Amino acid sequence: MKGTARFLIPAGILAVLVGFFIVGLQKDPGEIRSPLIGKAAPVFELESLADPARNVGTTSFAGKTWLLNVWATWCGGCRQEHDTLLAIARDGRIPMIGLNWRDERALALRWLAQLGDPYDSVAFDPDGRVAIDWGVYGAPETFLIGADGKVLHKQIGPLTLEIWRRDFVPLLPAADGEG
Amino acid sequence: MRKSWLVAAFLAISAAHAIDVERLDDPALQQRYERLTRELRCLVCQNETIADSNATLAADLRREVRDMMVAGNSDVEIRTFLTERYGDFVLYRPPLAPRTWLLWAAPVLLLLGGAGIAALVIVRRSRVARADPGALDEEPDHT
Repeated sequence: MKGTARFLIPAGILAVLVGFFIVGLQKDPGEIRSPLIGKAAPVFELESLADPARNVGTTSFAGKTWLLNVWATWCGGCRQEHDTLLAIARDGRIPMIGLNWRDERALALRWLAQLGDPYDSVAFDPDGRVAIDWGVYGAPETFLIGADGKVLHKQIGPLTLEIWRRDFVPLLPAADGEG
Repeated sequence: MRKSWLVAAFLAISAAHAIDVERLDDPALQQRYERLTRELRCLVCQNETIADSNATLAADLRREVRDMMVAGNSDVEIRTFLTERYGDFVLYRPPLAPRTWLLWAAPVLLLLGGAGIAALVIVRRSRVARADPGALDEEPDHT
């Protein structure tokens, strides 16, 4: 009896440890859940990438569900997800706004000319102030903002059609057609 | 002396390594700034503080902290601003909240647990020794 307890206690401790490891090691430490989810999306008003005389801001989307995609030409993951963005834009279910983060205007414009432009408009944030306001810490990041102005979802890292269908489409307002 | 030359070279290197070029005009503010940025985590290179990190994001966050300080915000306000956007993860010192009680209590609990086990073992062994003074000299019996 005493011998069994002597065996069971370390075995129990080991089981608890293994449990912690199984849960902990499967998490991606690079993915930090945004505290903005469920809260009002930060407001911004920035110069348009294409036309410095024009502004792009959050106010124009009041009452709409829209996407904010944070990108830059120095970001490899952005190149990776670009075709997905183009496909989503072609689908046309929801307006997509780009936030060009810490980039150069000429480079960014050339990128869009060469690869295609999925955005309804792009806000230019060369010093990253708006990005901080949105809790951006890497690119690409994609936010889904609901009609009530609240952040519904945030994707960290390159978007794929699979992720789009799984995480975003169910949150979109009801509409006909597929995702 | 060779040694002092080495020390001078080392100091020169570590001075060149200091990341911030800008300094705040007010020395008290600069001190607060240095202390606060050492408590904030850079989210790109997660094991560095924003005071230590060369990442662009860390530089942006340092600028944000500096601007907020100059604008008269308190340390608490700055921390709140950052946690509202980046979560508790930006803080090297997690807040004391119901969901972090276990985290904060863990060292004490482990210590108490260990002390409890040690006490138990000591009491049991002394009882054995009192009952049979020779028992502890032998190899322990595993059955």
